[in-house]
Amino acid sequence: MIPAPAFLSNPERFMSFSRWAAPLFGVIAIGLGLAGLWLGFTAPEDYQQGDTVRIMFIHVPAAWLAMFVYACLAVASFLSLVFRHVLADAAAAAAAPLGAGFTFLALVTGSLWGRPMWGAWWVWDARLTSVLILFLIYLAYIALRGAIDDETKAGRASAILALVGAVNLPVIHYSVEWWNSLHQGASVLREGGPAMPPVFLVPLLLMALAYTSAFGSLWLVRIRGEVWRRRAEAAALRAARA
Amino acid sequence: MSRALVLLRREAALAWGRGGGPLIAVGFYAGVATLMPLAIGPEPERLAAIALGAAWVALALASLLCLDRLFERDYEDGALEGLVLSETPLELVCAIKCLGQWLATGAPLAVAAPVAAIALGADPALAPLIFLCALVGGLAFAFTGGIGAALSLGARRGGLLTAVIVLPLFVPPVIFGGGALDAFAGGLPWQSGLALLGAYAAAAVALGPVAMAGACRNALT
Amino acid sequence: MIQALAITELALRRGGRHLFDGLNLTLAAGEVCAVTGPNGAGKTSLLRAVAGLLAPEAGTIGFGAADPAAARASGLHFLGHQDGLKPARTAAEELTFWTRWDGASPGALETAVADLELSRLLALEVRRLSAGQRRRLSLARLAAAPRALWLLDEPLSPLDARWRARFGEMMARHLAGGGLILAAVHDPLPIPARELEIPA
Repeated sequence: MIPAPAFLSNPERFMSFSRWAAPLFGVIAIGLGLAGLWLGFTAPEDYQQGDTVRIMFIHVPAAWLAMFVYACLAVASFLSLVFRHVLADAAAAAAAPLGAGFTFLALVTGSLWGRPMWGAWWVWDARLTSVLILFLIYLAYIALRGAIDDETKAGRASAILALVGAVNLPVIHYSVEWWNSLHQGASVLREGGPAMPPVFLVPLLLMALAYTSAFGSLWLVRIRGEVWRRRAEAAALRAARA
Repeated sequence: MSRALVLLRREAALAWGRGGGPLIAVGFYAGVATLMPLAIGPEPERLAAIALGAAWVALALASLLCLDRLFERDYEDGALEGLVLSETPLELVCAIKCLGQWLATGAPLAVAAPVAAIALGADPALAPLIFLCALVGGLAFAFTGGIGAALSLGARRGGLLTAVIVLPLFVPPVIFGGGALDAFAGGLPWQSGLALLGAYAAAAVALGPVAMAGACRNALT
Repeated sequence: MIQALAITELALRRGGRHLFDGLNLTLAAGEVCAVTGPNGAGKTSLLRAVAGLLAPEAGTIGFGAADPAAARASGLHFLGHQDGLKPARTAAEELTFWTRWDGASPGALETAVADLELSRLLALEVRRLSAGQRRRLSLARLAAAPRALWLLDEPLSPLDARWRARFGEMMARHLAGGGLILAAVHDPLPIPARELEIPA
């Protein structure tokens, strides 16, 4: 067996690292988020979108995170399948609901933005459809993990699903793009539109960093929770045997 | 190799007999296709607009329904253990099971697909292409669906879970097949859609058994 | 071909529950071992671990000089509670499939059918057979398959006294031919066997 990366192979080291890293990331997220929101809401109105443009500061980072978290989930699943390491499995279990949350946020804010811009709550735009399918894959992952009672088996089965999804996501994305071009739909989001002026770009980047730190913080907290829960269960089993 | 053929014959026979086999699959397919005009209205021009899409989606659903017992029964009655303890790699066993499934239900559904589409108002000239798409698409549905069926082994509410897992994976074949049919009906080049469908099916045949075998091993041990 | 079975310091866990640890056992060609112990002690899990269907928590399971994966693929036969026979298919169809799957010769199949007096049952669907008859079908598969190590989980339970005795003869023949048997039992085997007790 190949040795797991030293950092992952040591739950103790992870626990002592995450004890200070989780709150630190949380504080960074709040700081950057407040700055991003303040800049975002004091930015001038967009000449086309008006006030609605401000939803972008919530929406775009959520969509980025939806994909970033899936990448984290796939990497953690790969590590747990190959190295059979419980911490990687805990990380995958902890990431999935967060990813589903970001994806849901992206869908809802996208819909809110679409109502004034496109005149409809939902448009079968290629990007929206891809994100919706990503959301369905997150749901399938969570459902599979929850439906198998044996925790080790649940972990391995859902890890396989996460990797199958990772292989499929680019294909799904491509197929949806292909579908959209075939049907010549109202492609409202033009490719290569005008470059974003710094008044919008700076708050957007700040918000993206804030989202990423928030995810880092929540992820670490949730992994810690998983580790504690498993330790408590192991202790209860030992107590039952004694 | 003879061992693989013996298994394929058994799997096809089992799938053929599994709860009515192709008859139930085609019956379900016909039922869904019948509900469409009842929900949408009988006007021919309105129906013709959705005929291809409706026939194609109903095909995906019918393929999905047949997956339910693909691994489950062998898992419950101990046959899967017997299949694992053999010189034949489990990946090949899984591929053969899906192939048997395709022969017993995918092929009959492919025969039924043009009938359903024409009944809904599609142009009869489309029939050969619909059959071809349904045949190739059925292969993709069987091999991606097998992944979901194997992953939900030992889970509570396995059938419903299989559907939730598999439907997102059905997106590309549904799009490619539907796109090819749509393009052909509109007088546009349709070959690329069929080629993409074939490529997805080939990838599913090549990679799906690896995931299925991993899932089966996980469920057994 | 499996010549020996060597289990050293084996620890097993099933469904999060710890079963046993420090289990040692060696079995040479021609030897039989009866595994006893109360319900839930881990007898079936031990057999499944030997078959490779359960990963050990600690310890090793070896098959003499043979590579474990190859030994498991072609050298052992696991006879469990569930026989994998499909109720809607005939006994002949099922027996033919499984013996061919196991790599048995047609001659071995004929001999097994005769030994277990199955010829009159072959035309029947499996669902119409009694539990004892179904077990005889599984024993025919076991006898026909050219596998050295038999892993038997409660092999006697559905059999009557006559068939238990006949099964004893079958096991004795297998051992005389250089086979190995590891059986999980509650009732004693009908042949002299070494015992291994797994404590609760």
